[in-house]
Amino acid sequence: MQYFLSEEQEAIRDLARRLAEEKIRPQAPVLDEREEFPSQLMKELARADLFAVPFPEEYGGMGYGLFELCLVVEQLAWACAGVATSYAASFLGALPILEFGTEDQKRRYLPSLAAGERMAAFALTEPEAGSDAGAISTTAVRDGDHYVLNGTKQWITNGGEADVYTVIALTDKTKGARGASAFVVEKGTPGFSFGKKEKKLGIRCSVTRELSFTDCRVPAHNRLGREGMGFLIAMRTLDKARPGVGALAVGLAQGALDEAVAYASQRVQFGKPISSFQAIGHKLADMATLIEASRALVYQVARSIDAGQRDFSKESAMAKLFPADVAMRVTLEAVQVFGGYGYMRDYPVEKRMRDAKILQIYEGTNEIQRNIIASALVRELKSRRR
Amino acid sequence: MHVVVCIKQVPEITEVSIDRRTNTLVREGVPSIINPFDMYAIEEGLRLKEAHGGTVSVISMGPPQVESSLKEAVAMGADRAVLLSDSRFAGADTLATAYTLAQGIRRLGQFDLVICGKQAIDGDTGQVGPGLAEELGIPHVTYVRRIRELGDGMLRVERMVEGGWELISTTLPALISVVKDINEPRLPSLKGIMRAKRTPVTVWGLEELGCDPQRVGLTGSATEVVRIWTPEPRESGELLQGDPEQQARQLVERLRGLGVI
Repeated sequence: MQYFLSEEQEAIRDLARRLAEEKIRPQAPVLDEREEFPSQLMKELARADLFAVPFPEEYGGMGYGLFELCLVVEQLAWACAGVATSYAASFLGALPILEFGTEDQKRRYLPSLAAGERMAAFALTEPEAGSDAGAISTTAVRDGDHYVLNGTKQWITNGGEADVYTVIALTDKTKGARGASAFVVEKGTPGFSFGKKEKKLGIRCSVTRELSFTDCRVPAHNRLGREGMGFLIAMRTLDKARPGVGALAVGLAQGALDEAVAYASQRVQFGKPISSFQAIGHKLADMATLIEASRALVYQVARSIDAGQRDFSKESAMAKLFPADVAMRVTLEAVQVFGGYGYMRDYPVEKRMRDAKILQIYEGTNEIQRNIIASALVRELKSRRR
Repeated sequence: MHVVVCIKQVPEITEVSIDRRTNTLVREGVPSIINPFDMYAIEEGLRLKEAHGGTVSVISMGPPQVESSLKEAVAMGADRAVLLSDSRFAGADTLATAYTLAQGIRRLGQFDLVICGKQAIDGDTGQVGPGLAEELGIPHVTYVRRIRELGDGMLRVERMVEGGWELISTTLPALISVVKDINEPRLPSLKGIMRAKRTPVTVWGLEELGCDPQRVGLTGSATEVVRIWTPEPRESGELLQGDPEQQARQLVERLRGLGVI
């Protein structure tokens, strides 16, 4: 479908595609097999200025928006969802600074993140606080011009590889989620260490680690926003980042469809290419239709957010929920189209199926997305009645 | 440090087919690319700039559509792009091309190093680099696989030869032609692409270059392509029929008949 991209948007998409085809795709199976973080590819993305896309020009960025970020993420995920996750997670980590940082904080962190010289990570989840993010127990206690952090963050994407971490911690335990604040913590800060690298089902080249804070002293000027704003900052950040996850799902699913169509056209059974059998043809048709619907949703939500839509948590939840479910279904079907070959690690679709599962889980499970949408629906009804 | 890189736009040969009737390349609808060996030349120029400072100029002779290739070089990081284009330059052989490029490079002003790809994938002569160095009156080293040292008016390079390599020192300014072992060309950057969109390509014709009209294009060419042909396509082999056992038996009989076994 024609989405009427501007000349610059086409240039962004085409460059991301070129990197995806020439640099990422040949490496994707090896990185998956070795569970190796794509440091070299991150450097290539940085050199191509792809990290700079969604950052304002005054901080060394290219001054584009969420939509252009989605164009990049989609193309990267077309080649490897693990690489795309590492890229997108850095933006997720930078978003709280971008949206809530002071001028000084932005100057200190954004230029190097936009240049891709440093990567960022976002740290909210804890062992006992997943979907129930309000249940976090990491604390930050004020001590003069510092805060002292204690606690553990779990399953942090880019953990250990990133240099800049935005961490949500409680400055007032008595207030629960309303007592949370957000901090920027740099790698290397005494008392800040990393746990073991998790072994995952999919997106195996992206790194997921535990973060430990033991009497970790963070300068007070690294607090983002006011005390007590931490949970709001986290939710706003996730709201804004969700279309990016949707774009990742679209790219991943598109890659699976492309592979399935190519395979179905050349695989001959009963004397005919299997694409000529309706059972396969209809599968491909459904996959293509679901992907296009996902893409249209993601693009429109991203464009609306860029255009200044004020309250977008419902739409951004939809732009994550639907594409993620589609990516899961499409990749399962792609394996089915490949038959026995699809189950073999020598063929590319089983990786996509493993990779797709996380999209229904991370950055807010799809169940949580449904909660967000449902509560928005009820809220809307109430406000109409008023 | 001023590095001049010479590039040529060529058809992407993986996409080219031959018209069996006219025995010429079918160029319609075939995408044009920068000659792959010239990509290594651009990359090396950019690396020298990163290491030593200065500027990289990229120059090409050809029709107006070559501008897209020059813009790609700017997107990769070249500072300046010059296209030598004039209908009178058409039909140039390597001698006339070398002369025209030399005129263009002289017009660019002072330079330290000229880098070319070892040859173009369409013409395959590898002559323009050395010819250009002769026109400019500077030393040249072909088939360079590594620049060891550059500075203080001298250059030391490794030159690939059959079965090994030579270490060659030369004074600057000089010209080198490079092989693909020298580096891995980068992709353009987004900022480069946006800059290339804004950067105009300078176009110089015969008058601007002060060329002798007798030395350019077909007129200035010492060689003439008399005929181009393609080898006869190989006839398809004979397929043995039957099950594998029968086929094996037939094959053995044939080979015995031919006295092979």
